[in-house]
Amino acid sequence: MESDSDIKPDNGGPPLPEPFSDWFSARGWQPRAHQLLLLKNAQAERSSLLIAPTGAGKTLAGFLPSLIDITLKEKKRRPGAARASARRGIHTLYVSPLKALAIDIERNLANPVAEMALPVRIETRTGDTPPSKRQRQKRDPPDILLTTPEQIALLIASREAELLFGDLKYVVFDELHSLVTSKRGHLLSLGLARLRRHRPELRTIGLSATVAEPEALQAWLMPQTGADAPVLAERIVIAGGAKPEITILRTEERVPWSGHSARYAMADVYQAIREHKTSLLFVNTRSQAELLFRELWRINEDDLPIALHHGSLDASQRRRVEAAMAGNKLRAVVATSTLDLGIDWGDVDLVVHVGAPKGASRLAQRIGRSNHRMDEPSRAILVPANRFEVMECQAALDANYLGAQDTPPVGDGTYDVLAQHVLGMACAEPFDADTLYAEVTTAAPYRSLERAQFDRVLDFVATGGYALKTYDRYARIRLTKDGTWRVSHPRVAQQYRLNIGTIIEAPELRIRLTRHSGRGVNVRGGPVLGKIEESFVEMLSPGDTFLFAGKVLRFEGIKENECIVSKGGTGSPKIPAYAGGKFPLSTYLADQVRSMLADPVSWSTLPDQVREWLEIQQRKSLLPKHGELLIETFPNADRFYMMMYPFEGRLAHQTLGMLLTRRLERARARPLGFVATDYAMSVWGLRDMGLMIERGELSLAGLFDEDMLGDDLEAWLAESWMLKRTFRNCAMISGLIERRFPGQEKTGRQITVSADLIYDVLRSHEPDHILLQATRTDAAAGLLDIRRLADMLSRIKGRIILNRLDQISPLAVPVMLEIGKEPVSGEAQDDILAEAADEIIAEAMS
Amino acid sequence: MNRANAAQALVADDMIRTADIDINGTAAICDPIGALYLPGSRTLVVSDLHLETGAAHARRGMLLPPYDTGLTLKLLQAALDRYGPSRVISLGDSFHDRHGAGALPEASQAQIMAMMRGRDWFWIAGNHDPDHPAGLPGDCVGALQFDGLCFRHEPLGGTADTAGEVAGHLHPAARVVRRGRGVRRPCFATDGLRLIMPSFGVTTGGLNLRNAAFQGLFHQSLLTAHLLGRERIYSVPFDRLIG
Repeated sequence: MESDSDIKPDNGGPPLPEPFSDWFSARGWQPRAHQLLLLKNAQAERSSLLIAPTGAGKTLAGFLPSLIDITLKEKKRRPGAARASARRGIHTLYVSPLKALAIDIERNLANPVAEMALPVRIETRTGDTPPSKRQRQKRDPPDILLTTPEQIALLIASREAELLFGDLKYVVFDELHSLVTSKRGHLLSLGLARLRRHRPELRTIGLSATVAEPEALQAWLMPQTGADAPVLAERIVIAGGAKPEITILRTEERVPWSGHSARYAMADVYQAIREHKTSLLFVNTRSQAELLFRELWRINEDDLPIALHHGSLDASQRRRVEAAMAGNKLRAVVATSTLDLGIDWGDVDLVVHVGAPKGASRLAQRIGRSNHRMDEPSRAILVPANRFEVMECQAALDANYLGAQDTPPVGDGTYDVLAQHVLGMACAEPFDADTLYAEVTTAAPYRSLERAQFDRVLDFVATGGYALKTYDRYARIRLTKDGTWRVSHPRVAQQYRLNIGTIIEAPELRIRLTRHSGRGVNVRGGPVLGKIEESFVEMLSPGDTFLFAGKVLRFEGIKENECIVSKGGTGSPKIPAYAGGKFPLSTYLADQVRSMLADPVSWSTLPDQVREWLEIQQRKSLLPKHGELLIETFPNADRFYMMMYPFEGRLAHQTLGMLLTRRLERARARPLGFVATDYAMSVWGLRDMGLMIERGELSLAGLFDEDMLGDDLEAWLAESWMLKRTFRNCAMISGLIERRFPGQEKTGRQITVSADLIYDVLRSHEPDHILLQATRTDAAAGLLDIRRLADMLSRIKGRIILNRLDQISPLAVPVMLEIGKEPVSGEAQDDILAEAADEIIAEAMS
Repeated sequence: MNRANAAQALVADDMIRTADIDINGTAAICDPIGALYLPGSRTLVVSDLHLETGAAHARRGMLLPPYDTGLTLKLLQAALDRYGPSRVISLGDSFHDRHGAGALPEASQAQIMAMMRGRDWFWIAGNHDPDHPAGLPGDCVGALQFDGLCFRHEPLGGTADTAGEVAGHLHPAARVVRRGRGVRRPCFATDGLRLIMPSFGVTTGGLNLRNAAFQGLFHQSLLTAHLLGRERIYSVPFDRLIG
């Protein structure tokens, strides 16, 4: 089943027919082994997963079976017979996670198709395709349609679905590894199940980067049967080309204790850009991108063309950067994950990764961006932003050489996505519940879905699924006499189409640049710079400055749905604290860092200053052995700190912090707050927790007992803002609340029903509602990282080492520097109100 | 603490700290539950109940939880129990849409009737519910005047000749930020001459007092926001608020 790079073109692959073989040989090329193997599978009616590094010719491999099949079929036709006489549906669907990727592929396929004069019509269909073209595509579909998951959902919910997909032969999924791990992938898997109902014979081709669990992707591509062992597609693996040359930035500068700016390394990074033709600079968050871009331009003495690219920038600006990049007009682009996926970026010869990559697979994927040819090594420099990141970078570097993978698991299908799909299927045509349930469970993520849960989702779609049955007269879908479910009103289908998809953006405001008038927001006109999260804008007061699109902007105020800004001069700005784009440290890398910490021999690869830091830690406190959890307690100022180093990522630490604080509260340790980073967590309070443990007033084992994930978790979840954010997404995806569209805000924000309010109502009245179930499952896997916390609690059982200190330890310094940057939640809110009110009293009395 | 939570965790009467204010010479009490009480005339004022918000959305295809009416009425009952008013003014948008009262579930209707018994009850017409609520007693009026006060749903523009106006409609909310941390709450907004009530319904959102919609309604130097806390009112002058 598994093949490697040494498969030869002659080991069983079919010979290429004309005009394909001529086309290859005219160029002095040979079809690659994996291309032939994939073709052979396809011709034998087998679905395949092709795993290959960037630049291996994956895309052509994916399309070769389609191009050949269409061409041969055309040849067999009676010469002269008009092609349109027999109305045909789509032959091949190509699904990509990015619009830009679909358009890129269209361009790349156009050449071979034109050169071989193939009788193949290829078109794209995305959210940007004009309505007239979309209508025409339904009447007269192309042979190959290049599109996105959202368009598939729309098409299968339309009445033309049967006609469009009745002849479907292949479905090609590009970048499958990135599609399947999200709710988007769940929706797409349900879409694939529906496509199969229209055309049971269809075969799938998945194209993927290297992943940790290829079987999950192989199963995803196949119709599941309900048997214990999942049905798997064939797997073809191409080993990587030349090993990448990765180094960690060596610098004379002092590596900072904490922070994420990597400002110290700017001169070195700039020098690297100078020494290469084109560099891609990756960062983890948009705010880091803004900062790095600004710092580089501050020292850009040679006026090198350096550009910025992130998801919040206006689309036209992004397109300009992409075009300039493809035309080799730029020397460097500072980018976030928007550039992660397989778009061709011209001749990049260096990738700089600023900040730790947080996951070995992500690093591999990003490094793949440079030297887009397999036989040349990629060059990459890692720039750690602080001392812990130095260790993390070293671990990632080791991992990349080892080929370790830490992509997230595919996960079970969620209920909110299923609800959206069920409504869509009712919009397509009346359905029978038994048949739809059977169809849904052929999708890999839903293969273990129980009938009872399916029925609850169905009830939710129909009337909201509430115990209080007052909405029967407002049902969206109804069970009719013939036993099928139908939409109750054409408006339901309309609403469905407007709300399709699973990508929920945080509420955003357009940023409009105007001249500072000194009169607040009563200004008109000016260009739109992009979008920014509403939650960030709400933190700003008029006059505050922040970085966006490489400029320092002054906040003037909010006008309707726009954030009005003016030029902010040259002062030091507040940095945008964007919600998006923060990845937690992967489990794999965390483990590597823990082993590194435990093994002084491995420190020889670390820079001197980091090694010294660890040595002093060893002298002044201690370093935990592999598998142990180190806890330090020490006083600082008028408070007592308890510091721990689980290295489980910020999300799991945050959850741990919340739960531990509750327990310490009950134990009367009077905790005041906590702070979590990717590496460590610190709780502080009014009593000496170390002393309490020593006197037996507080039990370490009890504090970290796994049962904290029971009642404490439940109690805390109830108030958690994280759960509210998750609920909002579930509510939108499931169709409980409509999305906010640009322009609709004008009806007045005070009238829009907020998801938070619905959440509170639902939680107090129906804690077991299907959407709350979906929310809890999501949060446990995502924002709360419960699984990781659970794993840690069981791992450290009986292996907790306490060290009482008189003062802060070297390892604790980076965490201590983070204190005071965390948001406030729950009860503490009223304290802030009281403070605001009391301040005024104090002022009046003085 | 939002409205739904407030309804779940009602605070005992003896723990409540209200704010005593004066509107155009009439003494009034701002209660953290979101209601205004006028001791002189034993009048309780609530605004923007938006009853049957869930049902109104359900009629248009969004099946929001059907529990909002019950929660809002629970809060209202608590306010009635606390002050025992002889007169109640619901300052408009009592129902989320025109069909709300007519399609009210029986239990809720009975609950409202019980609250109204033995009291003068005024439904001020709002933009969401311009007609008399179907099937319910009480007087439905466009505006009501007594004690030097004028009660209407939408505030008239400008500050001229509107002394004593008590209005709703805008759902004022205010935001304070301390040490980089922000809190936003519904509030009473008054400059001593005019008062704009917070919205009472549990599924209603708020509009920041610094929004342009409030411009010109108040003498800004005299404007104070009385923010609704869990058990007390927090009074903050306008210039301390964040937009």
